[in-house]
Amino acid sequence: MERRTLFPGRLLPALLILPQLVLTVIFFLWPAIQAVKSSLEREDAFGTSTEFVGLDNFTDLFADPLYLAAIGRTVVFCACVTAVSMGVALVLAVLADTEIRGRAFYRTMLIWPYAVAPAMAAVLWVLMFHPQIGLVGAWLNRIGIAWDYKLDGTQAMALVILAAAWKQISYNFIFFLAGLQAIPKTIIEAARIDGARGLRRFRTILLPLLLPTVYFLLVVDLVYAAFDTFATVYAVNGGGPGQSTQTLVLKVYLDGVVNANVGASSAQSVVLMVGVIVLCALQFRFLGRKAAT
Amino acid sequence: MAGLRLDGLRKSFGSNEILKGVDLTLADGEMLVIVGASGCGKSTLLRIVAGLETPTAGRVLIDGRDVTDLDPSARDIAMVFQNYALYPHMSVFDNMAYGLKIRGLPRAEIRAKVDAASALLGLEALLERKPRQLSGGQRQRVAMGRAIVRDPKLFLFDEPLSNLDAKLRVQMRGEIRRLQRRLKVTSLYVTHDQVEAMTLGDRLLVMHQGVPVQLATPTEVYARPADTYVAGFIGSPAMNLLPGLLGRNGTMVRVAGADIDLGPQRFDRPDGHPVILGIRPEHVVLDASGMPWPVEVVEHLGAEMLVHAGRPGEAALTLKIANGTPLSDAIRVSFPAAHIHVFDQATGLRFEPIESGPSTS
Repeated sequence: MERRTLFPGRLLPALLILPQLVLTVIFFLWPAIQAVKSSLEREDAFGTSTEFVGLDNFTDLFADPLYLAAIGRTVVFCACVTAVSMGVALVLAVLADTEIRGRAFYRTMLIWPYAVAPAMAAVLWVLMFHPQIGLVGAWLNRIGIAWDYKLDGTQAMALVILAAAWKQISYNFIFFLAGLQAIPKTIIEAARIDGARGLRRFRTILLPLLLPTVYFLLVVDLVYAAFDTFATVYAVNGGGPGQSTQTLVLKVYLDGVVNANVGASSAQSVVLMVGVIVLCALQFRFLGRKAAT
Repeated sequence: MAGLRLDGLRKSFGSNEILKGVDLTLADGEMLVIVGASGCGKSTLLRIVAGLETPTAGRVLIDGRDVTDLDPSARDIAMVFQNYALYPHMSVFDNMAYGLKIRGLPRAEIRAKVDAASALLGLEALLERKPRQLSGGQRQRVAMGRAIVRDPKLFLFDEPLSNLDAKLRVQMRGEIRRLQRRLKVTSLYVTHDQVEAMTLGDRLLVMHQGVPVQLATPTEVYARPADTYVAGFIGSPAMNLLPGLLGRNGTMVRVAGADIDLGPQRFDRPDGHPVILGIRPEHVVLDASGMPWPVEVVEHLGAEMLVHAGRPGEAALTLKIANGTPLSDAIRVSFPAAHIHVFDQATGLRFEPIESGPSTS
């Protein structure tokens, strides 16, 4: 009797999580294992034979100045994307938190970019900043600033940072707005009576109370910028000009898929994987602590 | 010079009028308690005085200065909130010092003021703690301290004791009263608790649906409620309100088939005028020759007991008498004329007798 009552209690949950498990195994675990396996192998130029080479791919990787440059570039990219998207989102959230007419409309509009596909976001920014046909790009050239992100690596980097940051602003905005609204109104009123205004009130009252949200978004944004911006960056300039916007995720793709160097690319994937795991662990640890208090 | 003056204050949210014209003057150092049921506009009134809301019409004058359009910080007021509104990320010291720092006071002076306030409130040992490490009563004291250090012209209290348990509430009530007496700061205190209202206020303002119904000393409000609303609101249990008709040339009320003599009082209304007779539960007396009432429920409160009497669907009567008084199923009671209040049935307003015997208070 007991077994009978327990039996459906196990099968049903198993059946219910099966689709997700299958997807996870096929699209995440299996490729991950494949990546680890091929990161330890070397394939000949024609793809006809592979040999086990141990950690050679990894030692080669960290001896490669191009890879080290890509790491540096990714760090700059992540820092800038995180700073820009969080900064802008915070300003927008503070503004949207005030009592203004039609704020529901503003809030909805501010959340929209999150729903735009990454490649579309890139195209949007390209169309704006194209040196000849872009509204902003052409205008910059007209007023005497030599703007061409297809020639100038720094400008290209600025553009991909803008595009990637813009995508993430909505996400940050939602969290900042929620964080601001969770602050009891009476605390702000007490601060008003105490005479705290504007920037000072923000710095001494609102920001300290928003700190948990800031930490959380910091981790989320870093993960996003480091691993989730492939489509945006690739659609803007394909990593160019030269390698000026080649971040780590882009390099994995270019080395592995375009240049067919599977071993090196797999080693890079494994390095990225470790990075993701570390950041996610940080994030979970942080979330866990927040839930506990 | 007046501590606080309100001139024709009105406030509407959309088409909903919360305050329908409030005029009020507080003497310097006076503590006025605004009492009323939730939604009567008392909190809105306080927030307008604080500057957290803008009135739709009317003026606020603090110490003779029109502050209606001034920022809260420019009004020289301090407010104690119901949930204390302490800054959670600051220590007790910083919570109290914050307003002074913003005013740019020198460090030594801030230290001295905070030390003085914390000594007054017994907070010396807690200055380095964060609000979450404090008990409810301690948080309440910090909130008071934050108000005191600023040396304001006006204290505003927004139901500051509502979040405390009953015992602590009684204790803090006494502390607030002592502090206010000692510091002699004009104070406006909002509460829905009539015991707080009676014990704390020099004067009481009873509000009902955005209108001030009675402004008087607590004793006066208790002894001579301005209308049936005040009569029912102040006093616990509430005053018995029995509908009846005036008779015998204004010296008698006919209630539930019995003629109740108003003694030396006479009311200048025609016989048959519909009135409401009011008598407090503690003033009803058992009287073998009085009118009969069937007993429904008896509640023992310790020293006293409450007797709820009446027939279902008809007028009910509550008595507050000494515990242990022997009762039968049907009691006979009488209403001493000196404690009878008479209100107009149509308007609810109190009638004053034109000929009166000894004072009712």
